Amino acid sequence: MARSLVQRIDKPVWAALGGIVVLLTGGALYSPNFLSPDYLLQQLQVASFLGVVATGAMVVILLGHIDLSIPWVLTIGGIMSTAAAGWGPAGSALAIPFAVACGVGMGLFNGLGVAYLRIPSMIFTLGTNAIAQGLMVVHTSGFAPQERATPAMHFLSVGRSVLGIPNAVWMWCAVGGLAVLLLDRTAFGRRVYAIGNSERAVFLSRANVQLVVVGSFAISGACSAFAGTLLAGYSTKAYQAMGDPYLMPAIAAVVLGGTSILGGRGTYLGTIAGVIVVTLLQSILSIVQMPEAGRQVVYGVVILAMLLAYGRERRGGT
Amino acid sequence: MSEPTLASVSDAGAAGSVSPRGAGWRRDLAHHLSAQRGVLVALGLFVSMFALFVGEHPAGFSSNVINTAANKGALLAFVAMAQTIPVITSGLDLSVGMVFVLTNCLASRLMVGEPLPTALGVVAVLGTGLACGALNGALVVLGRLQPIIVTLATGSIYFGGALWLRPAPGGSVNEPFADFMTGSLAGGVPFSVVLLAAAVLFFWVPYRRSLIGRAAYAIGSSEQAAFMSGVSIGRAKLLAYVMSGLFSSLAGLLLTCLTYSGEANAFLGGGYTLNSIAAVVVGGTSLFGGSGGAVGSIFGAFVLRTIGDLLFVFDMDPLWQPLFLGAVLLFSVGLSSLRLLRVKSRLDLFR
Repeated sequence: MARSLVQRIDKPVWAALGGIVVLLTGGALYSPNFLSPDYLLQQLQVASFLGVVATGAMVVILLGHIDLSIPWVLTIGGIMSTAAAGWGPAGSALAIPFAVACGVGMGLFNGLGVAYLRIPSMIFTLGTNAIAQGLMVVHTSGFAPQERATPAMHFLSVGRSVLGIPNAVWMWCAVGGLAVLLLDRTAFGRRVYAIGNSERAVFLSRANVQLVVVGSFAISGACSAFAGTLLAGYSTKAYQAMGDPYLMPAIAAVVLGGTSILGGRGTYLGTIAGVIVVTLLQSILSIVQMPEAGRQVVYGVVILAMLLAYGRERRGGT
Repeated sequence: MSEPTLASVSDAGAAGSVSPRGAGWRRDLAHHLSAQRGVLVALGLFVSMFALFVGEHPAGFSSNVINTAANKGALLAFVAMAQTIPVITSGLDLSVGMVFVLTNCLASRLMVGEPLPTALGVVAVLGTGLACGALNGALVVLGRLQPIIVTLATGSIYFGGALWLRPAPGGSVNEPFADFMTGSLAGGVPFSVVLLAAAVLFFWVPYRRSLIGRAAYAIGSSEQAAFMSGVSIGRAKLLAYVMSGLFSSLAGLLLTCLTYSGEANAFLGGGYTLNSIAAVVVGGTSLFGGSGGAVGSIFGAFVLRTIGDLLFVFDMDPLWQPLFLGAVLLFSVGLSSLRLLRVKSRLDLFR
């Protein structure tokens, strides 16, 4: 706690921050508009959706688990919030809390399976993702939902109320701030890191391991669903599979930010940097009008190159 | 989990040689059965489900029904075999679906014309699979990166390659060859099943029995112990991903023969990757590594495919199918937590 912020930045975070600078410079060389405040704010707005998703993904990854149910829990968030909007004024008012509650429910389900049934998170959350998809297909009869996002959802994701900064960015700041408080200042957060390092040690120190795991998955579910409501507000509608493009970038962002995929190590600052790197990379690749094939290749190569630069494990038989 | 792990690594014959003759064979049998429990459960599930499917199918037990089911199942079975070997080393290959799609697109360009170019095309397709696997393995071993994240990134690269080869769905294939690959032999045996059996006999079994194949199991059980015992970890891991690439490309080859075309479809690749993990688990391979095998994964894949077929013959409302599939998947992996009932110390639950 005594260390200042700068001291707490570790090597991967510096590398990710360096990546942001390189991407910005590269973008600026291609087009001067790239550094205009308007464009940068727009990028931040797009990044904030990924940022909210990555926050939840990071908490679960810190445990040494993974949440593959992000895509359809996010879709549940979007579809259930717009569905609530169709239930009259009371539904409209409660649209966002209701959607987040649905996400928490899916997260609790994940947590119970992983913590109490001891099923590897990789496969259990995959099953939850399939269940979530099934529930939404039944709910919407397979069609795109007709209901529109509530004005509040629209306001939260595209409005610009304070200092001309998009509200979505403020939402990300709020979620991120809560995450930092939780991870750095609470016993829960300490235990999340500790479980990632040695679940056994945490169990032997009489902390309730299983409760922490369930709580972390619930946080991830809440983040995904909240991102779903923001996205539905952004495009005024929810649609099937709206979460599919968020799973892999979220994991990539968390790992690029220096969080170990094995758990126990990582800072939220790194995740912020990782999210911005991924968003800028996607944006630059679409600006230079590279064909989709090239974009996919460059995206993969850049992530690998950054990981090879600093994400390597120590040599030896561990 | 540790019991079958150790049992399957140790030489199966050793148990018989130390115990007196007569009583030994029974213990041997019990030992073999317990080591193969995952495979047997998956096999039993598949046989009963498939019997139900054929019984309910309007066309009954006809060669056509069997052949269609075999072809669909074999695609996932090859991808599941590809997934199994990295999983045994307690790794994971999230690029199997994308290698599958990439080799499908490549095959739709190369496997055409006269027999000789077609044969060269087949070689090129399999070679591409090997190369993709080698890249994954090299990044994991030499790059010292986590397999999940490496294969996530290379998957994107392979998909880019697939898009480059086939920006729009299309292409063609040597049709007599394709029909042979996906048809039935005399006696109604689907050729895809023969292909699967050949892959098991000529690739999986020799691999499983080789030093380097055992090393894969040892690494999955405990990488540290394997390192201490002088197992060449790097080589074993590299080969695991190379084998994975080979099996994925076999699936890509078969898909091209089925559809006569190639398509760079991200949903197809992603779906196969995720289903391959499910098939591996249903087939009795532990995601923690060190136990299981490719034969179980084949039955696991057929179980998953037969569920879909069953929903079809029982006229289930298509709207409810995805939910039902998810429930069956969770239920079947949930069965593995029955082992919790046998855990004596709560400490064993935690890593």
